[in-house]
Amino acid sequence: MTFISDTFTLAGRLIKHNLRSLDTIITVILMPIAMLLLMVYLFGGAIQIDGVSHAEYVNYVLPGILLMTIATGSAYTALRINLDKTSGMFDRFKTLPISKSAVLNGQAVASVIFMLTSTLIVLAVAFLIGFRSKASISEWLLALLLIVGFAIAVTWLSVPFALAASSIDGASAFSYLILLLLFVSSAFVPVTGMPKVVRIFAENQPLTHVIQAVRQLLTTQPIGNHGWIAAAWLIGITLFSYLIGTLIYRRV
Amino acid sequence: MPKIITIDRIQKQFKEQKVLTGVSLDVTRGSIYALLGANGSGKSTLLKIITGLLDADAGAVTVNQLDVKKDLRKIQRLFSFSAQNSTVDDVLTGSENLVLIAKLRHIKQPQQVANDLLAQFKLTAAANKRVADYSGGMRRRLDLAMSLVGDPEILFLDEPTTGLDPASRNDLWQAIRGLKQQGKTIFLTTQYLEEADQLADEIGFLGQGTIIASGTPAEMKHLAGPEKMTLVFTTPTEVNRAVPVLQAFRPQTLDEVTLTVVLTKSVTTSLQILSLLTKNDLQPVSFQVTAPTLDDVFLQLNKEA
Ligand SMILES: Nc1ncnc2c1ncn2[C@@H]1O[C@H](COP(=O)(O)OP(=O)(O)OP(=O)(O)O)[C@@H](O)[C@H]1O
Ligand SMILES: [Mg+2]
Repeated sequence: MTFISDTFTLAGRLIKHNLRSLDTIITVILMPIAMLLLMVYLFGGAIQIDGVSHAEYVNYVLPGILLMTIATGSAYTALRINLDKTSGMFDRFKTLPISKSAVLNGQAVASVIFMLTSTLIVLAVAFLIGFRSKASISEWLLALLLIVGFAIAVTWLSVPFALAASSIDGASAFSYLILLLLFVSSAFVPVTGMPKVVRIFAENQPLTHVIQAVRQLLTTQPIGNHGWIAAAWLIGITLFSYLIGTLIYRRV
Repeated sequence: MPKIITIDRIQKQFKEQKVLTGVSLDVTRGSIYALLGANGSGKSTLLKIITGLLDADAGAVTVNQLDVKKDLRKIQRLFSFSAQNSTVDDVLTGSENLVLIAKLRHIKQPQQVANDLLAQFKLTAAANKRVADYSGGMRRRLDLAMSLVGDPEILFLDEPTTGLDPASRNDLWQAIRGLKQQGKTIFLTTQYLEEADQLADEIGFLGQGTIIASGTPAEMKHLAGPEKMTLVFTTPTEVNRAVPVLQAFRPQTLDEVTLTVVLTKSVTTSLQILSLLTKNDLQPVSFQVTAPTLDDVFLQLNKEA
């Protein structure tokens, strides 16, 4: 019982951190919104996708933008964890009679809540500029489940990087990697137009599966194997990062 | 005297560097123990081992008869630890920092406890200011207040006054003395000999990975030798005449007109010396009694180590 209350007490502290940092809010919310607007109004006109009209490009690009929102948020997750490590805050928590895992779990809970809040805001903006979906409630729920799963996976993935890095710069570097992976996926353009080697990579990397599954769900199309493969990746990444993360946490 | 902390032959090395080569010491319940040592001597390392943040390579630590390795959870309820660079949350307010710790220590009325501590440490006016806007002294006081949440019996303070101006340092010393009066055991590290002298019941010098000397502040000063009296005369002839007169006090000439003698029982011997001089028609223009400071001890021990 105290484990859960400790986790939420610690998460509450970090939510205050996020809300009081203008820098965090601007980067995590305004940046993806700017990307969305750029994609739709600037590049969207130049991007030709079979079966997708210009007006519908926002529907195509939204899943990628939502993942981008989450990936941007993970840079701040890593930042907060790294700051707590270098400032000695972890030492203070470790000498308190609380469950060891409450500290990292508190970070994770705060991170996921923050990512999902910003995702909802970006989603609302997408509605304003014409995003529409005929998806049923169950399709929406499945899509949301994948997005939540992605937020959890990326959050835990940031933990080992943040703990191992000796400085803030190093801690958030991995989030650029995720952003890069987004560009080498079907987030903004279909993979079919990519050079062969890149295409094979893009078709099989986890982000593409997540994006395809979410996109197909929201456009009421069959999702094929994308859903299962995406779920397997997300669960695998989460478990692996969780184990490594808690292992490193004991040592820092 | 009942011992609340016993440290037995603790060893720790980082890669090739042997930091602690066998540290043993005891802390009496309700006392203040000051661990003195130069930069990099391993003070923080030892504190981290005692508080369970770091594992020792060898040796044992017991707190209240409980082994730190086996019963850390139980021991954690007895102590709190203030790390070297006051770990307070800059983004939160002073009040929020205290409430956070109070909640994590599962205290019934966190806000009440926070308010009481804010008042005790003269932080009430700044309670709702963010800690980023606090002065160094305020941060240290808040840090100490956070350590007191839940009323732990033992406080570990790693260099509690480093970087504070004399007034803030005095405030903090006052607070630490007050805590001892409440019956708390305090284990602190410091580089300031004056601080150890002012606060500690017992001092341990950490050097070369072990406790190279320990005792009360008075015993420590004794290590540096007895008090001395410095006498200044007007002419070298007077000095030459004074030397045989004061033979019993081991006179040493410092320069042409200055002489030092060793005092055994400071006040009575000072009087004796002055009356001897007057009897022999010798009048020093000035005299000064100097007691050895802990600095002398420290420098000497570091030289020997
Ligand atoms: N985690 C670590 N890894 C490697 N070396 C370490 C580690 N922690 C401390 N050291 C080394 O151990 C030695 C003792 O460090 P420690 O911080 O305990 O000294 P200290 O007495 O507290 O010094 P200061 O007065 O500067 O705080 C130093 O040489 C330091 O570089
Ligand atoms: Mg230190």
